[in-house]
Amino acid sequence: MSIDLSQFHQVFFEESLEGLDLMESALMELDVSHADIDIINTIFRSAHSIKGGSATFDFKVISDFTHVLETLLDQIRDGQRKITKDHVDLFLQSVDCLKHLLSLAQDNSLEVTEDASALQKQFEAILEGDSPSVEATSHIVDGSNIESNDSSECWDITFHPSRDMLQTGNDGIRLLSSLKALSDSDIYEITCDVSEVPSFEFLDPEACYFSWKIRCSGDIAYDEIKSVFEWVEDDSDIIISKASPEEPHSMAQPEVAKSDAPAEAVSTPTKKLKGAKPSSENTFIRVGIDKVDELINMVGELVITQSMLSQLSDLVDSAQVPRFGEGISQLEQNTRELQESVMRIRMLPISFSFNRFPRLVRDLSAKLNKNIELNINGESTELDKTVMEKIGDPLVHLVRNAIDHGIEMPEERVKAGKPPMGVITLDAFHQGGHVFIQITDDGKGLNKDILLSKAIDKGLITESQALTMSDEHIYDLIFQPGFSTAKAVTDVSGRGVGMDVVKQNIHALSGSVDIKSKLGYGSTITIRLPLTLAILDGQLIRVGDNIYIFPLVSIVESMECDADNVSLLAGGKRVFKLRDEYVPILSLGEVFNIQSDNTSIDGALMVVVEYSGHKVGVIVDELLAQQQVVIKSLEKNYQQVMGVSGATILGDGMVALILDVQSIVSLFSKQKNIEGISLLSSANKAS
Amino acid sequence: MSQSNSPPLSDTTEDQHVREQNASDQYLTFIIAQEEYGVDILCVQEIRGWDNATPIPNAPKHVKGVINLRGTIIPVIDLRTCFGLGEVEYTAVTVVIVLKVKNAEKDRTIGIIVDAVSDVFSLDSADLKPAPDMGDADEVSCIKGLANINDKMVILLEINTLLNQGSIPDLSSLDIK
Repeated sequence: MSIDLSQFHQVFFEESLEGLDLMESALMELDVSHADIDIINTIFRSAHSIKGGSATFDFKVISDFTHVLETLLDQIRDGQRKITKDHVDLFLQSVDCLKHLLSLAQDNSLEVTEDASALQKQFEAILEGDSPSVEATSHIVDGSNIESNDSSECWDITFHPSRDMLQTGNDGIRLLSSLKALSDSDIYEITCDVSEVPSFEFLDPEACYFSWKIRCSGDIAYDEIKSVFEWVEDDSDIIISKASPEEPHSMAQPEVAKSDAPAEAVSTPTKKLKGAKPSSENTFIRVGIDKVDELINMVGELVITQSMLSQLSDLVDSAQVPRFGEGISQLEQNTRELQESVMRIRMLPISFSFNRFPRLVRDLSAKLNKNIELNINGESTELDKTVMEKIGDPLVHLVRNAIDHGIEMPEERVKAGKPPMGVITLDAFHQGGHVFIQITDDGKGLNKDILLSKAIDKGLITESQALTMSDEHIYDLIFQPGFSTAKAVTDVSGRGVGMDVVKQNIHALSGSVDIKSKLGYGSTITIRLPLTLAILDGQLIRVGDNIYIFPLVSIVESMECDADNVSLLAGGKRVFKLRDEYVPILSLGEVFNIQSDNTSIDGALMVVVEYSGHKVGVIVDELLAQQQVVIKSLEKNYQQVMGVSGATILGDGMVALILDVQSIVSLFSKQKNIEGISLLSSANKAS
Repeated sequence: MSQSNSPPLSDTTEDQHVREQNASDQYLTFIIAQEEYGVDILCVQEIRGWDNATPIPNAPKHVKGVINLRGTIIPVIDLRTCFGLGEVEYTAVTVVIVLKVKNAEKDRTIGIIVDAVSDVFSLDSADLKPAPDMGDADEVSCIKGLANINDKMVILLEINTLLNQGSIPDLSSLDIK
């Protein structure tokens, strides 16, 4: 029987990466002076399952590497060795190294990296060099010793599986018969212990009540026996011991077959057992995102059907069907709750994204010789998974900036009358249908004068502009492409690419970012993000017979267009004088080639919308309701449409298109240019 | 619904291959401008009455807009306009045939508007006559072949070629009356 193991590779990679994350956060939590056994167990378990998985899938480099890691961890766990700060550093480095190895394995180009072999040597040096006690080192080689010295041997094996072994898909009989296949001589005795089988009424037909004692002999290596039990060893008591044929059933020198520590003392199997069991069993299930999206779609449909029914319920004579109205209102409530819970499936606590920062701050501050403390608040704030994935990198960048540019060196801090330890605070909270993430540092803050002179140097603004700029605008300068105030480029930050990318990424998520800063007291960067990308706050508008939706975030204001404030530019373009600035006007009816109610610009309704810092006035016929809409893709079955970012389904089941301001503007200028060219060419012909 | 008269709507190339060997395909026929057309019934997802579609700005004339098919947004295309057969008022028998179109990258769902749905028939591939060469390779590639059913010619369309993005023919300017 051969199974294509590669189909499980993806799951292995995901689980291993999760395991590494867990390991990393546990390492950060670990207090070296009072090492908590639970935390060390967590670290050990992660390493152990990665090792097990990689061995199964034949990623030898990974399993070899994790093996030494695990050996050291095991000694620490058993109290044979005290954990030191050096160990923690080494473990953290190996987490990085393993991540790298895993990504190599994912690309099918797994090989021993320099890092890996260097780290492996360090681990081996620790293990061999100052060995804590003689037994520890001898234990590691114990299994192999047995194997090499006595190839033809007699083994006593006690196999006591856990009750739920059968539920995990393991079959005792199969294990026993494969064990039998190993044994080539005729000595193969099995005794089954049935003493645990309860009386019939208490019998759980799916539980395994048996345990076995096996004696087999032949040319069998210790590892071979161990590998038979590989899948059940975590949950079972397995004792493999050598028995001399003359001395039947002696349990001398028994060993618990833990994959990594073959020489575990028999007296501690229960403790071992506890440690090996994953503590968060069955708290999560892995579901494909497409299934979730399908579910969200279906519920969206249900909401529409439900609202249709509610509308129809007015027509039903309540005297004839007295409980109809009651049922309808119950349906409404249930549907709403269902929709909310389905939406929450996609939501994850932001701690998934915040978890990487303790490590980042620790490493970076050590590198820069700064003393920095990181506070994290609100890590249980929930956020859509897609948003979270996309906000990760911008956040890293902002935190790195805060460490590199924000927090001063300890001496400078003391001089400025501040405690030498700098504080960076990460905050996340919900407010009004948005998620806010704040990064606060108590560093030197932004210097407006330096920002301004830098911007003038780079030609981003003129000197006269600089005089009239508000604080907000000045701080906003750091988001300009090619702007970096760091005097020297370090490998941490200061290349001047980054902040503009940060802003772009946040905008792409239809979020916003702003900076508050006080010179000498630090800066606060606030990121505002939508809860989810699947839902949008929309303003419904009407042009002729068509209903369109503007994303509410893009709308600045709406007003009646007054002909006195409209002037004509070349090429048929018009501008509107909005207080002290000129805003180009375009008519949605014209751009989309549809019949609209208004023909004259005077008195028409204009919505002023904003896109990447520019404002534009869009003439529409009517403003309708504001509502949350579910974004659906047009590209899935059709294609991208200029001026439209997606579509949604309104309460009556009709489709409405969601407008994309930026592409409407480019559509408009394209049309105008073509018109302009044809005008020009006809004028040329006429002359 | 029994298994025998409801062929599975999803299809694999292997199935197709087998059917081509055994050579009895089922086709759904519909009428546009008195002419009968047929499509492979396995591509047909459902048939629904014409309902107002939301127009797409600046779309070609034959793309009538998008409709909501149980939460999925699909475009509807008027084959009449597409083939340059003029426009008519949509009536009670005007239907939208929802088709699953296979593409190299992904499957798409598209609705086509036709005058009326006609019939379902089986056809041996031996009875399929190749489309006559009219000197225009593009157009012919959309036609799988011609068949004679009850002394009437049926044009069998190759919808995967016909409705693939970018290659939907727009003959509306011809306006053959």
